[in-house]
Amino acid sequence: MRWLIPLSAVPVLALLAYGFRVNPRDIPSPLVGRPAAAFSLQTFEGAPLALEAQHGRVVVLNFWASWCHPACYDEAPVLERNWRAYRGRGVVVIGVDIQDKLEAAQKFMRDFSLSFPNVQDTTGQVSVDYGVYGVPETFFIDRRGRIRAKHVGALTDEVFRVNVERLLSETTG
Amino acid sequence: MRTRASVLGLALVVVAAGAAAETRRVAEQQVQDVAAQLRCVVCQNLSVADSPSETATQMRTIVRERLEAGETPEQVTRYFVDRYGEWILLSPPRHGFNLLVWAAPAAAVVAGFTLVGLLLARWTRRRASAGPVVPSGVDAAMRERIRRETEMEP
Repeated sequence: MRWLIPLSAVPVLALLAYGFRVNPRDIPSPLVGRPAAAFSLQTFEGAPLALEAQHGRVVVLNFWASWCHPACYDEAPVLERNWRAYRGRGVVVIGVDIQDKLEAAQKFMRDFSLSFPNVQDTTGQVSVDYGVYGVPETFFIDRRGRIRAKHVGALTDEVFRVNVERLLSETTG
Repeated sequence: MRTRASVLGLALVVVAAGAAAETRRVAEQQVQDVAAQLRCVVCQNLSVADSPSETATQMRTIVRERLEAGETPEQVTRYFVDRYGEWILLSPPRHGFNLLVWAAPAAAVVAGFTLVGLLLARWTRRRASAGPVVPSGVDAAMRERIRRETEMEP
């Protein structure tokens, strides 16, 4: 009886210890390993852009917004730099602007001289299809059109390189 | 002339029926019921039904479109869970590890009552077995003095 009360605290403490060790912001995406949802939108320049058309290439799908400061501002040069470095090796970077004003988004792309294709998800359908809950989020899609990794937060050169190199090294099955 | 009119009438009926089958009328309440189960992804502890954010508005539109396309509320919820994980649900589904969340409060209440019951039983037993209270350090002379002094009070 005497030891029952302290003993009953053990499972509670264990649960708390587990709870404090996990990052509540780290929400695992059920989409990793699954086929990337198809979408077909227009780029800011008015050209049609369909994900299926990128089959056979490694796709870096980046969700951003002009109001997403500072993370999107930090990663914009990273995306542009790596897009230039990898575009000749069968890699395509696609930016999806969400919850944004057209003028603000255009200014953002001008300010960072973004040259990779960007589309605007005006209905939110693409964001929901990819389970996006904040910006920036980046999905790495392999040559067969499967989502292989998801990165939440600003992208770094390291994260870009590691994921893209891994997918490039795979043979197209 | 009559055949032409009846053909036209038939065509109108077919077109109307087709349109009705394509998009079901969905009451706002149905959309709200589904949206109330979903977590607004950009808010803190708000459902898609309650949030005024643009994201939630877009999600409500998606809920409505899917219901209108003939999906059941369960299928619409499933669609969101498939993309966001169970995290998107405001109430965790009652299975597996999640059962702990549902069972823990009830278990805590039962444990609390059991503990209070046991302690009460122990305290009353101890008091009963202790017999009449004999304050120590108060002898007969002292008691006599207290009696005298309290009686002296006006």
